[in-house]
Amino acid sequence: MPTLTIDGKQITVDPGTTVIQAAESMGIFVPRYCYHPGLSIAGNCRICLVEIEKAPKLQIACNTPVADGMVVRTNGQKVEQGRQSVLEFLLINHPLDCPVCDQSGECDLQNFYMQYGLYDPRFKEQKVKKTKAVPLGPTVMLDAERCILCSRCVRFTDEITKTGELGIFNRGDQSEIGLYPGKELNNKYSGNVVDVCPVGALTDRDFRFKARVWYLSSSPSVCNGCSQGCNIDIHYVTDRPHLAGGARVMRVKPRYNAEVNQWWICDEGRYGYHFIDQGRLRKVTHRGVETTWEKALMELAGALGRVKEENRQGQIGVIPSAQLTTEELFLIRKLFVDSLGISQCDARVPEKPGTSDDFLIKADKNPNTAGAVSAGLAGSSFDTPAVRPEPFGKLRAGFVEGRRPATQDERCTAAQIIDRCLAGQINVLWVFGHDLVKLFGEQTVKKLSQELELFVFQGSNENGSSRYAHWVLPSAVYAEKDGAFTNCHGLAQKFTKAFEPLKDSRADSQILTELFERLAAVGPEQAVHPSTGPAPDLIGGSG
Amino acid sequence: MPRKRELTFWEQIYIPEIIRGVWLTSAHFFRNLFLHTVHRFGLFKDLPAAVTFQYPEQPRPLEPRFRSRHRLTVREEGTPRCVGCMLCETVCPAKCITIVAGEHPDPNVEKYPVRFDIDLGVCVYCGYCVEACPEDAIRMDTDILDIAAYSRDAMKLDIHELMDPKLRKPVAECQLKFPHQCAIHGNQIEGSWESVYGSHPRESEDRDSRFRGNDKVVE
Repeated sequence: MPTLTIDGKQITVDPGTTVIQAAESMGIFVPRYCYHPGLSIAGNCRICLVEIEKAPKLQIACNTPVADGMVVRTNGQKVEQGRQSVLEFLLINHPLDCPVCDQSGECDLQNFYMQYGLYDPRFKEQKVKKTKAVPLGPTVMLDAERCILCSRCVRFTDEITKTGELGIFNRGDQSEIGLYPGKELNNKYSGNVVDVCPVGALTDRDFRFKARVWYLSSSPSVCNGCSQGCNIDIHYVTDRPHLAGGARVMRVKPRYNAEVNQWWICDEGRYGYHFIDQGRLRKVTHRGVETTWEKALMELAGALGRVKEENRQGQIGVIPSAQLTTEELFLIRKLFVDSLGISQCDARVPEKPGTSDDFLIKADKNPNTAGAVSAGLAGSSFDTPAVRPEPFGKLRAGFVEGRRPATQDERCTAAQIIDRCLAGQINVLWVFGHDLVKLFGEQTVKKLSQELELFVFQGSNENGSSRYAHWVLPSAVYAEKDGAFTNCHGLAQKFTKAFEPLKDSRADSQILTELFERLAAVGPEQAVHPSTGPAPDLIGGSG
Repeated sequence: MPRKRELTFWEQIYIPEIIRGVWLTSAHFFRNLFLHTVHRFGLFKDLPAAVTFQYPEQPRPLEPRFRSRHRLTVREEGTPRCVGCMLCETVCPAKCITIVAGEHPDPNVEKYPVRFDIDLGVCVYCGYCVEACPEDAIRMDTDILDIAAYSRDAMKLDIHELMDPKLRKPVAECQLKFPHQCAIHGNQIEGSWESVYGSHPRESEDRDSRFRGNDKVVE
C-alpha cells in the first residue's frame, strides 16, 4: 500500500491508484477535461498537471500511478503556469461564442480559465473554422469548433454503450469529432455524451436555447421512468414563465449513485419529464363541472363512510398505482384495506412490459412496484420481468420479507376488479393514475362510466380515465412531493419536493390524509403523516 | 438643532422682506431683459442670460452619455444583432426584460431573440443591460424621453419598437426583415407575431389586449 503526500497531507491508497483519484479521495480537486471516473484514461487534455518531486517536468495526475513516498503538489506557481499554458493551447481554435453557447455557465473552459487564464492573449492568427450546429442524432447537437478533443464522448460510445458511433477524424488542427459514415448517434443512452462533454461541443437538442443554466435551480430526485430508480437532478425554473412556454422543468440530469446508475441515465428517463408540465389536470371536477376540494372530499368521504356502514366493502374496487411513493401506497393500504376493509385493492395492471436492456432500462416502467409489494398492494412478488442481476454494487435483499399482507388470498388483480365492475359486482371504483382506456379499451371504460355508481380518478395527467371518471382529483407528480421509491433491487430511495404542485393539484398523501380525517376512521392524531409512513427500515438508501 | 428659525424683528414687520423679494425678482428680470436685448446687437456676448426651454416644442440638448429609451442595434442585413444570450435579462435589477431565444437558420449566427420585450413601466434606466451586452446589441441612445402611455401594457416595448425606434404601436406595417416581419391586416396581426406569440398561450391574452388598438402612445 503506497503512502504519498499530496499538498502536505499524507494518504495511503491501493496500488494502481492514480494521483488524481488519490487527490479526489482527500477532497482535493484537480482540474480535468479528458479524465472521467466512469471512462478509461486518455490523458490527452493535459490540464490536470501536477508537480511531483524528483520528476523533471510536470506530470498529468490522471495517468500517473501513485508510488510510495511520492510528494505531489497540485498548486503553486509552476503548476499554475503549466495549466495556463495548456489552456492557452486548448483555446487557440476555440470560438468565443459563449453568448450563444448552451454550456456557458457550466463550462469547464470558463471555470478553469477564471482560475488559470492567461488574460492577455497572444494568439493573433486566424482561427480554424469548423462546422457548427450539426445534429448528430435526435438528441445531440455538435459544434466542432468548440470541441477540445478530450475524446470523452468517443470513449463513452465505445465503452459504455459499445455502439461506437463517434470518432475523431482528420489530423492536427483540423481534427474533429464526428460520426462514422452511415451512423447516427441515436442509442438509448446518447444524452449522456452531453453530460460527459466538458465544453459546449455537444449540447442537448431538447434543452437547446430554452434557458441559461444560471437560471436553473436543482433538486435531487429519483427518476420515475422505470423500476431502476436512477438518481437524477431536476433542473427547473419557476420565476421565468416566458421560457419554454411556461414549463417549469427545463431538463433532467443524472446524479451519481454508485449502486444504481453511476453517472448515467437513459434517454427515456432524461427526456421523459415533459408530463410534469404538459397535459396536467389542474382542477377538481365532478362529471365535467369544476368544483372545490372541500366539496369533493366531503362527498367522497361520505360515500366511503356509507359503504362501511352498510357493509358493502365487496362492492368497492381500488386500483392504486406503482407510480406512487411508498408512503402514499402505505396510506392507501391503511385507508382502503385496513380501515374500510376493502379487499379488492391491487396495483397490478395488465401492462405490456416495456423495452429493457441489461444496463439501466427495466421492463417494469413503474418506479415503485417493490413499494407496492411491500405495502401489500401488488401481490407478493414481481409479476413483471423486472428482477435482473444487479449491475453495480450490492443488492439489498429481504426487503419484502415479513411485510406481506395477511389477506393475500382474497386479493385480485386490477383486471379482475374491472371484470367484476362489468359484471355488476363492484359499483364503486377508485383509480390512481392509470389510463384505463389504454389498458382495457375505450368501450370498457365508457361502460364503466355509465354503470358504476361512483368512479373516481385520482391522477396527475389527463388520460383516458380522467375523461370518463365521475370525479377527477388532480394529484401532484413525483417532482412536486416528498417520498420514496423502492427500485427493482430493493433499494429504497428518498426524494424531496422540487416545487409546489401545479394549480389545484395536491400530493396524493395529502388527499388521502384529508380523506382519513373526514372519515374519522383514524383520528387526526393517529392519521399517518407521510414522513412517518412506512417502517423506517424501508426508507433510507441513498435519496 | 431647531428646525424652525425664529424670525427677527426686521422680518416680523413683513414689509421690508416683501420689498427685498420684489427687488430680487426685478433685478433678474431687468438684467435678463437688458442682456437678451444687447445680445441681439452682438454686445456683451460673454455675459450669459438666463434661458428657458420651450419644451416640448424645443427639446433640451442631451449629454452624449445620457441614458434614454433603449434600442436594439441591427446588422447590415436588417436582422437584430442580439444573439439572445440573456445576459441583460440576467443583470437587469428591475427584471423588466423578457427574452425567448430561437434557432437562427444561419449556423454562424445560431441564436436570435424570438421575443425581446422591455417593460418601460418597470425599467429603472440603470443601463446595466447596455454594459452587460457582449454584442453591442442594446443601446440607450435613442434620446426618446416622452415615454408616457394610458396603460401599463402600452409601456411594454416589443422587438419591433426596440429595433426601429421610429415605430410606435400599433405597428401597421413593419419594415423589419426576417424573422420579425409582420403587419396588421384587419386588426389581425400577421407575420412573425403568430409564430412568436402563438406558442406562448399564457402571454397571448396580454398581447391581444395590447393590440386591440385601445392603447395609444402619447407623442
